[in-house]
Amino acid sequence: MMLDFILIMIPVFPFLGFLILGTGFRGISKKRTAVIGPGVILISFILSLYVFFNFSAFTHPPAHLFYTWIQSGDLHIPFAFLIDPLSILMMLIVTGVGFIIHVYSIAYMKQDEGFNRFFAYMNLFVFSMLLLVMGANYVIMFIGWEGVGLCSYLLIGFWFGNHAYNNAAKKAFIMNRIGDLGFLLGMFLLFTTFHSFNYQEIFEQAKTFPSGNQTLLAITLLLFVGAIGKSAQIPLYTWLPDAMAGPTPVSALIHAATMVTAGVYMVARSNILYALSPITMQAVGIIGLATALFAASIAVFQNDIKKILAYSTISQLGYMFLGLSVGAFTGALFHLTTHAFFKALLFLGAGSVIHALGGEQDIRKMGGLKKALPITYFTFLAGTLAIVGIPPLSGFFSKDDILVKTFGSSPGLWIFAVAGALMTAFYMFRMLYLAFFKSFRGIPAQIPAIHESPPAMILPLIVLAFLSVAGGILNIPVLFGGNAALEHFLSPVFADTVSVLGQKNTPTHSTEWLLMAITLLGVLGMGYWAYRRFVKNKELLAENVKPPVLIRWISNKYYMDEIYDAIFVKPILRTSRFLHRVVEKNFIDGMVNGFGRAVVGSGSAIRYLQTGNVGFYMFMMILGIILMLFLNILI
Amino acid sequence: MQTVPIHYYLTFCSVLFTIGVIGVLIKRNVLIILMSIELMINSINLLLAAFSAYTNDPAGQIFVFFIMVVAAAEVAIGLAIVVLIYRTTGSIDIQVLNKLKW
Repeated sequence: MMLDFILIMIPVFPFLGFLILGTGFRGISKKRTAVIGPGVILISFILSLYVFFNFSAFTHPPAHLFYTWIQSGDLHIPFAFLIDPLSILMMLIVTGVGFIIHVYSIAYMKQDEGFNRFFAYMNLFVFSMLLLVMGANYVIMFIGWEGVGLCSYLLIGFWFGNHAYNNAAKKAFIMNRIGDLGFLLGMFLLFTTFHSFNYQEIFEQAKTFPSGNQTLLAITLLLFVGAIGKSAQIPLYTWLPDAMAGPTPVSALIHAATMVTAGVYMVARSNILYALSPITMQAVGIIGLATALFAASIAVFQNDIKKILAYSTISQLGYMFLGLSVGAFTGALFHLTTHAFFKALLFLGAGSVIHALGGEQDIRKMGGLKKALPITYFTFLAGTLAIVGIPPLSGFFSKDDILVKTFGSSPGLWIFAVAGALMTAFYMFRMLYLAFFKSFRGIPAQIPAIHESPPAMILPLIVLAFLSVAGGILNIPVLFGGNAALEHFLSPVFADTVSVLGQKNTPTHSTEWLLMAITLLGVLGMGYWAYRRFVKNKELLAENVKPPVLIRWISNKYYMDEIYDAIFVKPILRTSRFLHRVVEKNFIDGMVNGFGRAVVGSGSAIRYLQTGNVGFYMFMMILGIILMLFLNILI
Repeated sequence: MQTVPIHYYLTFCSVLFTIGVIGVLIKRNVLIILMSIELMINSINLLLAAFSAYTNDPAGQIFVFFIMVVAAAEVAIGLAIVVLIYRTTGSIDIQVLNKLKW
C-alpha cells in the first residue's frame, strides 16, 4: 500500500545512504558525498513531514506490518512500525535536527580524509535511530538501540589513530552494553509475562494488572537500567564526557539530540508499565534528579567547552527523567524536543568556535570572540538563554512544565530541581562570558586566523537558534493563554496512564506564577553573579591559589572515573592476567602439550616391537590368533 | 559306518598341527619353515576329510580340493621368494633378514 511504502522509505533512505557511502567511500568524490549524505536525511525529513500532515491516515490503524520476521510457536515478532503521536514527534526531531547537523558537517569535516566514512556512519546512525522510534515492538526498538550504540562507538572513535579516542569509544560501548543487559532481561521478562513483544498487545494486557505488581516492577526496573546506560544517568554516565573525543557534529547529534534521548523515549513509550509501578517511578525520579544536580555541579568547574556541554546534557536528561517520574510526560518530551534544538545549537556553536580557533577547546584560553564571531555569538547567546530558561524562549516553557509538576508532586523535590536550574544558569553564563566577553586570552598568533565560519556552518546555527527561540509555541501552557498544543497532540499516547495515575494535586495558577517568578529571579541572579565574577572581575582565574578541598573534589569529577577504575576495571584486569598466566599457560596449554608428549612417548615405547626379526613376527602372529580364539570362547 | 572313532582323527590332526606350528617358530631354515606350513595344511585337510566322512557331507572333501589348489599356488610363490632370498643374501637363514628394524 502507498502508505506503507512511504513509511518504509523513511528509514530506507538513510540506510541506502549508508550502503552507498559505506561501500564506495574510496571512490566517491567529496562533492557527491555532500549531496548524498545530507540528501537522504532531507528526504526522510520530508517524508516524515508528510506523515505528520497526513496524521490521521497513518494512525488509523497505527500498526503497519511489513514482514513476519520470526514466527515460532508463541513467539511472533513481525517487522512492523507503530505510528502514533510519540513516534511522529521523535521521527521529526531525528530527521529534522539530523538534517541540520549533516549540513553543518559538510563544512566542519571538509578537510578530513574520512569525510565519506563520516557520512556513512551518520546515515547508519539516523537509520538505527529511526528504527528505534518507529518500531512496533520491543525487538525492533532493541535493534535500533544496539545500532545507535554501535554508531556511537564508530563515531566517537572516528579519528582512530588516537589511542585515547579509541579508549573513549570502547568505554561508551561497554557502558552501553551494561545497560543493554538490563534491557534484555527486561525484554525476556516481558515475554514470559505477556507472551508478546508487541507494544499494543503488551499495553492492553498490562492495563489489567494491579498497581505495584511485582513482575511489572521487575520489568520496569530492568528496562530502566537500559535507559540508564543509554541516557547517561548515574551510575552509567562517565562515558558521555569522554565521548567528546568525537567530532563536534557527532556530539551534537548523538550525544545531545537523539541517541541519549532513546532512554527517555523508551520510558515514555512504556508509560503504562511505569505508571503501574510507583516504586520504579520513584527510582526514576530520584536517579534523574540526583543526576541533574550531580552533573550540574561538575559542569560548574569544567574548563573544556565541550565537556561543560556534555555534563549539561547529562543534567538535562536527568530533568527529563524527573519529569517522567512525576507524571509530566508531555513536559519531559517537550523538554526533549527543545533540548534537541538548543543543545545541538550549543554544540554546533562550540564547534564553530573550535573551528575558528584552530582546535582550541579550553575556555580559559578563549575570550573576546563576541566581535570576531558575531553570528556564532548571537546564536550561542540564544542557546544559552534557552537552556537557562529565560522567557519567552523554548527552554523556559519546557523546563517550567517539568518544575510545576514536580512541585505538585513534592515541594521538596522542587527545591532541589530549582537548585539544579540555578547551577545550570551559572555554568552556562560562565561559559558564555569566558568564551565571548572581555579580551582574547589565547596565543596572539591565533588572532589573525579567527574568522566567522562558512555558510554551511552558520545557516544551521541560525535555523537552530530560531527553533530554540520560537520552539516554545509548541506547547504554551494554559497559564499564558496558550493552547498546550503538544500536550493535546500527545494525549492519546498517555491516556491510559493519566487515568491510572489519577489527578495529582496540580498547583493553582497563582502558585504557578509564583514558582515561575522565583525560578526566573534565581536564574537571572545567577547570570548577574556570573557576570560579576567573570566579566567585571579584573583578575579572572587565580592561578597559584590552591582551591579548597571540596572544589578540588568536584573539579576532578568527584573522582568517579578513578573510583570505577579501582572497583571494576583493575580487578577485572587482574583476574584476566591471572587467568592468562596460571590457567591458560599451565592448565590449558599443559593439557594440549601433554597430549602431544603422550603420543610421542608411547610411540617411542611401542616402536621397539619392530625388531625386523621374521621369527619374532611369526610368533606374534600366532600369539594373536590364539588370543582371538580364547576371547571368542570366553565372550 | 566308520569303525575308527572321530577323536582319534582329532587328536592326530591337532598333534600334526602343533608340530607344524612349532616347526614354523623354531626352525631357522626357510625351506623347513615352508615344509612346516605344508604340514599344517595337510593336517587341516585330513581333519576336513574325516569330518566329511563321519557326517556324510561331501562339502568337506570338496573344500579340501580348494585348499590343495591354494597350497600348490602358495608353495610356488614361496619357493620363488626363497630363490630370490638366496640370490640376494647367499643364505636361507631367516635371521639374516632383519633389515626392517625401526
